[in-house]
Amino acid sequence: MAEPAYLAWMDTVLFAGLALAAGLTLLVSYRVIRGPTVPDRVVALDTIGTNVVAIAALYAIWSQQGYFVGVSLVLAIIGFISTITVARYVTEGDIIE
Amino acid sequence: MTAAETAAAATAGPVRAALVILLTVVGSFFLVVGTIGLLRFPNVYNRMHATSKATTLGAASIALAATVYYLPHGDGLMALVTVLFLFLTAPTGAHMISQAAQRMGVPFLDGVTWPKQVASGDADTADGTDADAANGDD
Repeated sequence: MAEPAYLAWMDTVLFAGLALAAGLTLLVSYRVIRGPTVPDRVVALDTIGTNVVAIAALYAIWSQQGYFVGVSLVLAIIGFISTITVARYVTEGDIIE
Repeated sequence: MTAAETAAAATAGPVRAALVILLTVVGSFFLVVGTIGLLRFPNVYNRMHATSKATTLGAASIALAATVYYLPHGDGLMALVTVLFLFLTAPTGAHMISQAAQRMGVPFLDGVTWPKQVASGDADTADGTDADAANGDD
C-alpha cells in the first residue's frame, strides 16, 4: 500500500533517533568503565537506564507495538530502585538493616 | 490483533506525525547534550548536573512522543505515567547519589565549598562560630 509522505518521514526520524540513542548509550559506557569514583559509575549506569527507557519508547512508536511502552515504564522503575539501592549501600554499608 | 494495531496506527494524521517528529528531535537533542555533559564535565557533581536534567528531559520528551502517538489507547496513558515517574524519580536518585558521594569524601572542585548557613536570626543560634566568622570577614 502507498504510505503518505509524512509517515515515511516519521519512520526515518524515529529510526535515526533510535540509532542515535543506542550510540549514546555506548558512549556512556565509557564513564562506567573509566569512571574515577564509584558515584561516577552509578550516575553513568543511571544514565544508561534513562537512555534505555528512551530507546524502548522509540521502539514502541517505530514498530507500532504498544507493549514496549510498558517495558519503558518498568525499566524506569527498576532503574530508580537500583540507584536508591546503590546509594544506600554506599552510604550506610547495608541495604536493609 | 496485529491487523487491528496496524489499522489503528495507520490513522496517524499529519498533525500527529509532525508532533511525534518534533518531540523525537527535541528528545534526541537533549540526550546528546546530557551524554556530552556526562563525558566532559570534570566532577561527579557536575556530571550529575548534566544527566539528571538534560537526559531526563530527553527521555521524557521521547515518552511524550509515545503519548502523542498512542493517545486514544491505553498505551498513551502508560507513556504519560512514564513521564511523570521520570520527573519524580530522577531528582530523588540524583540527590541520594550526591549525598552518598559527599559522605564518601569525593572532593569538590577548587574554590567550591558547601553552601554556608545564611546568617539570619534563626541560623545564628544553630552554629554560632561560623556565623561569627562570617561576620568577622565582613
